[in-house]
Amino acid sequence: MSNIKYILGHFEDPDDLMHGIDKLQENSVSIYDVYTPMPIHGIEDKLGIKRSRLGKVAFGFGLTGTITAISMITYMLVIDWPMNIGGKPHFAFPDFIPIMFELTVLFAAFGMVGTYFFANHLAPGRAPRVMDLRATNDRFVIAIDARTNTSHDQIDNILKEAGAVEIKHNERKYVSYE
Amino acid sequence: MSSHHESILREPLVTGENITYSKVTEDILVPVENKPNKAWWIGFIVSALGAGLWVFSVSWTFWFGIGEWGLNKTVGWAWDITGFVWWVGIGHAGTLISAVLLLFRQNWRNSINRSAEAMTIFAVICAATYIISHMGRPWLFTWALPLPNQFGSLWVNFNSPLVWDVFAISTYFSVSLVFWYTGLLPDIATIRDRAVGTRRRVYSILSFGWNGSVKTWQRFELVSLILAGVSTPLVLSVHTIVSMDFATSLVPGWHTTIFPPYFVAGAIFSGFAMVQTLLLITRKVMNFENYITMFHIESMNKIIILTGSIVGVAYLTELFIAWYSGVEYEQYAFLNRVSGPYWWAYWIMMTCNVISPQLFWFKKIRTSIALSWILSIVVNIGMWFERFVIIVTSLHRDYLPSSWVMFYPSWVDVGVFIGSIGVFFTLFLLFLRVFPAIAMAEVKLLLKSSSDQAKKKLIAEKVVDSGEAEYYLESLEKYDSVSPKVAEFQKV
Repeated sequence: MSNIKYILGHFEDPDDLMHGIDKLQENSVSIYDVYTPMPIHGIEDKLGIKRSRLGKVAFGFGLTGTITAISMITYMLVIDWPMNIGGKPHFAFPDFIPIMFELTVLFAAFGMVGTYFFANHLAPGRAPRVMDLRATNDRFVIAIDARTNTSHDQIDNILKEAGAVEIKHNERKYVSYE
Repeated sequence: MSSHHESILREPLVTGENITYSKVTEDILVPVENKPNKAWWIGFIVSALGAGLWVFSVSWTFWFGIGEWGLNKTVGWAWDITGFVWWVGIGHAGTLISAVLLLFRQNWRNSINRSAEAMTIFAVICAATYIISHMGRPWLFTWALPLPNQFGSLWVNFNSPLVWDVFAISTYFSVSLVFWYTGLLPDIATIRDRAVGTRRRVYSILSFGWNGSVKTWQRFELVSLILAGVSTPLVLSVHTIVSMDFATSLVPGWHTTIFPPYFVAGAIFSGFAMVQTLLLITRKVMNFENYITMFHIESMNKIIILTGSIVGVAYLTELFIAWYSGVEYEQYAFLNRVSGPYWWAYWIMMTCNVISPQLFWFKKIRTSIALSWILSIVVNIGMWFERFVIIVTSLHRDYLPSSWVMFYPSWVDVGVFIGSIGVFFTLFLLFLRVFPAIAMAEVKLLLKSSSDQAKKKLIAEKVVDSGEAEYYLESLEKYDSVSPKVAEFQKV
């Protein structure tokens, strides 16, 4: 066989793309990934991608923030240096709520976004792993691993029939390293 | 896709003919990918001069101390805190548009959220500079944080709203920044993949290696949603806490329980006015008429009417409660606001915030670009005076009549204020050049469902009720970006 690594099907319309995914799946062609310039709703179900667990992550981080705030304030105002402010209780819980809330939000937001960046390998300076430069602009691209799916002509035909406007046979995985 | 079933009765969010995904990219990236035009340079030079004035006035304050401001022993808090609250308030619209409107699935937010969020960040930067410069000894700003120190450690007093404010503002700023930047990643990737050479390398670093794969987008949408969910109570908490800086004191005129909701409504009110001021110009200068349409302008004006009316009700409630409380100090404080030596400030506030926004009940005014712009400026003036009235008028006649005074700003006060506006516009104009002012990916989402082109296609295919189609075409008449000829042609 040739040294083609990936077959890319370019679509101009998200509906055609969805149709293309259906067609490929009917013919038992495995899809490596799909690159789109905007989120496509419903594509996760089609590709069998599980629900993201980032919500739970955010909750965990938020809870950490709440506990951090209450323990910090209690330590400082009640244990380490209690001050007599008009004879009022040192553990003035209602006064602690605003900062507990703020730290909950702060920890939840940063923890969740940090986890997201970590899980998706997003970091400043990271070389973009892009298979086609138009996938961030106006093309909806289905990438198929050419090594595991060997009947290239059949794949080309399926893509063409589904409405692909362009089909590329790439010999390198990522074009963005040039 | 569920988004395909938008009712024909809804007005379009994207207008123009032959709008394709690539055209959206092209149109929005014009200011980023090309050399700036004359209008930008003029605006930038004027703003940069203002920012220079800010640097000079703030340096002057740092060098000689806050005695250089017009403060005296009775009015110890004046333009500095007025400016601070004004800027924080302006910031609120950005979060409201990006978070609250996202939770309510208001799709019209998609084309204005990016610049409104940028505005939030720049406004909070301006507000933060006021906090630092009014500290007197700004190099000791770390004393506001609970850090171990050589005094024991002597901790900050967590019972104080001023400490809450430190946490609220810094959380608000950093979470807004994260929200804004995460949203920018896909658009920065678009710029990166179209650029060459050094530009490409720079945007490549900024893009964090975004590639638009399914998983990236899936998590991106969840992250946006959760960030919106946590930002919504956050934005409410921020101005609530700002209002508590006043409300937990014992000064008549400040010591009121109505402050938190009243301040939040005022913040959204002034923020939307500022968004309107900026976007009406941006849209014209950058040719964004097809993306920021008359529908967006009208919707924002409706929010201005609503929040302006809430603010109006709050003003009247304050007056009523002052009288009804039977507390003579409280009664005097409000009588003094309305008819004392600062009566003109009170009535400027009343006119600009309560009376003039009511003009937006008229559709002609609401859909007029020139009048919307003028009224948005009027609202900003009114909201500045609101803070001035609350702060200075409550302080200048305190419990001891022998220390009653007037407040006169010094040139440094004026310089810091005008300068902060310069800083704000400098940052905003730089933003317009560096990042896309409209979230491209989010506008692309609307193309197949909410664009004029998609709706006209439905009409041409005769799949919608003809009466409803008629209604839709009539609603297009207010749009300045849809040529009347096309509308006529469609009717026939």
